[in-house]
Amino acid sequence: METTTNILYLFGGVVAVLSALTVVGEALRGRVAPGRSNPVVQTFLTRLMSWWIMVILFTITALLGPIALMLLFAFASFAALREFLTFTDKRQADHLSLALAFFVILPLQYVFVGFDLTGLFTVFIPVYAFLLLPIVSALRGDHNRFLARVAETQWALMICVYCISHVPALLNTKPEGDSGQTVLLIVFFVMVVQIGDLMEYFAGRRFGRRQIAPTLSPKTLEGMVTGIACAAATGAILSWITPFGIGAAAAMAALASVTGMFGNLVFAAIKRDKGVKDWSHLIPGQGGFLDQLDSVIFAAPVFYHVTLLMSG
Amino acid sequence: MTRQTPLYRWIAARFTGHALAFIARFITAVRAEWRGIEPVDKQRVYFANHVSNADMPMIWTVLPHHMRAKTRPVAAADYWLKNKLRAFVGPEVFNCVLVDRRPEARTDDPMAAIREALDEGSSLIIFPEGNRNMTDDPLLPFRAGLYNMGQSHPDVDLVPTWVANLTTIMPKGEVIPLPLICTVTFGAPIHVGEDEDKDAFLKRAADALVALAPERDL
Repeated sequence: METTTNILYLFGGVVAVLSALTVVGEALRGRVAPGRSNPVVQTFLTRLMSWWIMVILFTITALLGPIALMLLFAFASFAALREFLTFTDKRQADHLSLALAFFVILPLQYVFVGFDLTGLFTVFIPVYAFLLLPIVSALRGDHNRFLARVAETQWALMICVYCISHVPALLNTKPEGDSGQTVLLIVFFVMVVQIGDLMEYFAGRRFGRRQIAPTLSPKTLEGMVTGIACAAATGAILSWITPFGIGAAAAMAALASVTGMFGNLVFAAIKRDKGVKDWSHLIPGQGGFLDQLDSVIFAAPVFYHVTLLMSG
Repeated sequence: MTRQTPLYRWIAARFTGHALAFIARFITAVRAEWRGIEPVDKQRVYFANHVSNADMPMIWTVLPHHMRAKTRPVAAADYWLKNKLRAFVGPEVFNCVLVDRRPEARTDDPMAAIREALDEGSSLIIFPEGNRNMTDDPLLPFRAGLYNMGQSHPDVDLVPTWVANLTTIMPKGEVIPLPLICTVTFGAPIHVGEDEDKDAFLKRAADALVALAPERDL
């Protein structure tokens, strides 16, 4: 009951922010001369629309509880894996191992997370899938670019299934007291990472100077520091929904945010390498699921393990 | 063809059509890229590469409803009339124009049905390679049909349409399709030139089609 009320409070807060942004966006569109359109304003409004949908969907899932969250992230894994494997190196000899990745390994990983089989879900992909899939590919006898093929498939699974599954795995951390709190921990994690990303983007555009990897991404030191600070501040404000104290919540938020930003940078490098701008076009204005989730993906395992450590 | 069929079959066909499009979207997240044309109502012949039986449903799925209703795939009669299920899906769900590709068995001119469909204002989806391409080359040599259509209906836009990634999604000999992202790219329309001969035109058409292929398909 308390969890539901808290989720609704948070939802109210986010709705207030999104409404304010929508009003600003529509006002900006109103100022554009009739018959013309300003692409920056248009993109902003498209993105905002996607944010509305994502926030509403995520809130409904969080209200429905752990099983719904599990299914939501399993679907996110599926969509992400589909985007990632579309661009990896593969040959027909990998067909069966790729089918196993989609239809056996992905569902099993979420079953292990769902039944709280910690010992299994933390080693299943890094050990067993890692050993099994190259065997399946090798049995087909095609050695062309073999190492590149199996390595890229394994990377796809680690990123899109193993890392993402650590978000719903937070449900199993059970900090002292109320177990409904773990749902709020997921909400906390996703919110601080996304707010850090948004602020990093805006601050970087306004006053960013020193680019940290100019050949890969427009990310700047100033933008990142601002983003992490905003994530930490949000974390402190939201500490009441977490099992952490104010200081610890701020530190956790900062940690998640900084890991996420570097994740974003790694993904920029992969996209450059594969020659794609966005992973897909499934989320209007934002690109694909991977474009939206790259920071969450990197931050999730780290956040999960530190949470486990802190709750002893 | 739908005109003579009973209402319940018509409803079943529309329902099956939506279900197939939904499945195609759910599995491959198939998406259209309108590179050379707009998704507007205009009579066109979409000519596409052919590597798998899923090509035609993919193109059909990405066409918006108002275009889909007026677009008829040209397909092989021997394939689509083989059993009752296929005879329902091919002619009724996809509203195919069926042509017999076996010269020894056919009694009438295969182009006649196609011309008739074009005369009544339908758009068409055709695979000018004739057969599925199982080779490593991006395209097999085109048959003459596309040229004949361009000549008899010079006002109809001939639109090159590349279906990407299907070779990896469902290679020959595999049973389980992979849910990878499939993209259908529509290029700029071409027309048969004033005194362009058949071979020159077919070469130009094939080049226009291959030009749409992403690097990893070649």
